[in-house]
Amino acid sequence: MKGREAVLLAALIALLVGVFLLSLALGSTSVPLGRVVGALTGGVAADRPADFVIVRTIRLPRSVTAMLAGAALGIAGLQMQTLFRNPLADPFALGVSSGASLGVALVVLGSGYGPAAAFGTAMGLRGDALVTVAAIAGAAAVLALVLAVSTRIANPTTVLILGLMFGYAVSAVVTVLVGASQPERLQQWAQWGFGSFSGVTSPRLALFGPLTGAGVLIASISTKQLNALLLGERYAQSMGLSVRRARWLTMLGASVLGAVVTAFCGPISFLGIAVPHLCRGLFGTSDHRLLVPAVVVMGAAVALVAQIVSLLPGSAGVLPLNAVTSLMGAPVVVAVLLRSRRGALAQ
Amino acid sequence: MTPDAVLRTRDLAVGYRTRRTRKAVLERVNVSVRAGELVCLLGPNGIGKSTLLRTLARMQAPLWGTVELDGGDLTAISHAELARRLGVVLTERVSVEALTVRRIVELGRYPHSGWFGTIGAGDRRVVDWAIAAVGAGHLADRDFSRLSDGERQRVMIARALAQQPVLLVLDEPTAFLDVPSRVEMMALLRQLSRTGGLSVVVSTHDLELALRTADLVWLVKPGGELVTGAPEDVVLSGAIAEAFEGRQIRFHPDQCAFRLLTGEHGLACVDGGGLRASLAKAVLERQGFAVGAASTDGVSVRVDESGWHVSTLNERAAGSDFASLAAYLRTRRAG
Repeated sequence: MKGREAVLLAALIALLVGVFLLSLALGSTSVPLGRVVGALTGGVAADRPADFVIVRTIRLPRSVTAMLAGAALGIAGLQMQTLFRNPLADPFALGVSSGASLGVALVVLGSGYGPAAAFGTAMGLRGDALVTVAAIAGAAAVLALVLAVSTRIANPTTVLILGLMFGYAVSAVVTVLVGASQPERLQQWAQWGFGSFSGVTSPRLALFGPLTGAGVLIASISTKQLNALLLGERYAQSMGLSVRRARWLTMLGASVLGAVVTAFCGPISFLGIAVPHLCRGLFGTSDHRLLVPAVVVMGAAVALVAQIVSLLPGSAGVLPLNAVTSLMGAPVVVAVLLRSRRGALAQ
Repeated sequence: MTPDAVLRTRDLAVGYRTRRTRKAVLERVNVSVRAGELVCLLGPNGIGKSTLLRTLARMQAPLWGTVELDGGDLTAISHAELARRLGVVLTERVSVEALTVRRIVELGRYPHSGWFGTIGAGDRRVVDWAIAAVGAGHLADRDFSRLSDGERQRVMIARALAQQPVLLVLDEPTAFLDVPSRVEMMALLRQLSRTGGLSVVVSTHDLELALRTADLVWLVKPGGELVTGAPEDVVLSGAIAEAFEGRQIRFHPDQCAFRLLTGEHGLACVDGGGLRASLAKAVLERQGFAVGAASTDGVSVRVDESGWHVSTLNERAAGSDFASLAAYLRTRRAG
């Protein structure tokens, strides 16, 4: 790592810390930064217990969720883009997002179905847990299908098309369900589609945190394999990489990360594709030894910023998270790509 | 077959398998490569050269028979161990953004490095050596994507060298290169095999260049027969002519070169020698004349500082440059 790159990475980490503290301070009511730090360290003044509750119980899990989700989507997107040598690949390239949608749609929209019928009355934690389980089941079903078929395919681009086709087919089923469902259920369905980091409360974070954390860690130690894949699968194989196994494991790892985030936070579309491009443009390299830490930090920071903006600090309103990430992020990514002349556009 | 063969095949058949059938492209391939040998694999397009090379590099399974590397069966070697013994360079243009030449060559240390791919001082020395060996020292810190095709192939060879293999397999590495780069590429391969003791197997379409450079030629004839031997032996056997001659082209064994079939418009002779005379010969051949010793009934051409002079039985002509000579010959031919 050269000096300039180390400085950039350090600056990115500092930015993440700053945004993290800001995300704890800002919201419908703002808490001064000093009190935020106090609440975090436990040395909060007893005269304002409300701050403690707001910061520790509500905002901290939300911010940690946002960071984990951002890092997970960023690294999963990077893995997919490198594996398929395609700048448009993202963590959902193999249809896990559509699979999760189908699972959720069956639960939220499916009428005359026992658990789903009880769903409208008992929203709360139990409802959220049901949605998460349904999303994971749907994503796992589609992923298992795609992976099983993909072992018979040699060409990575064909695998990408396969994932796309599965995604379309599954989305079509979801569309049929949406078309046949009642308006009040559609409201819930749309709510899920907006994406949100707020649904992951402390008890659920105890599951979400280790899952994504482990996924990010496993992905982080595959930099050597990812670098070898930069030259294409044939060269990677000639240099000693077991390409079939690496491809399968990478697809599995990235898709699981994408599926877990989708299950807990809803389909968050933008981060997985944009964060790797941002980092490539910013650091001017395709070297994964640098890109992997960069996308983890960048993904976490971008997700936090989106989270802060979506809450419209100082007001009671809330913007859909997906709208914020895309509206804010798209111009930034375009600017970075146009300025750097490197990045994905040149491919 | 000597015992020191680096690579050896036994009754190898290469080709493609579908679910039910096996389609062999080349069969009964029994070849071997010794340390320090440069082998050129020649043959018409689509005859199975790439399939053979991919099978030798274990990128494709043999249909029948075996490939042995250093006396051991190729299929019994682990991925990393294979990569430490065998380096590969392919035709395909590698497009990778924003990576320096040094980083690309460092990727060749893949089979030698640990889980994280950390590059130590020893690895760095090998990388420096590999970059220097292909004469790319001045490119080391450049962005790979900004290099010319010839420079890129050099870097890809350096990357393969960084694997420290005993055998280098190259599938048409010169396909996209301009003529000087092709010559340089073959010279580089010969130098690597001479000085490094590296065995090299390279497929190419540059027949004349290959015949001048190779220690050993593997020639695939139409029909799939594989002829091996020193370039001169293969030329003498007539196999080159059999494999490549067509209706319009003839192989001249004495020059190891192909010429367009000429002579349909009669005989011609060129007076004198030197560069002007040989260029005039080339013009005559291109216009369909067989150039030989002085003939009384044909066309006689003399070229000097002032231009060309043609005399035939019934007319004389002259001009200043070869373009006008060609034009004159064309009108004569038409008339």
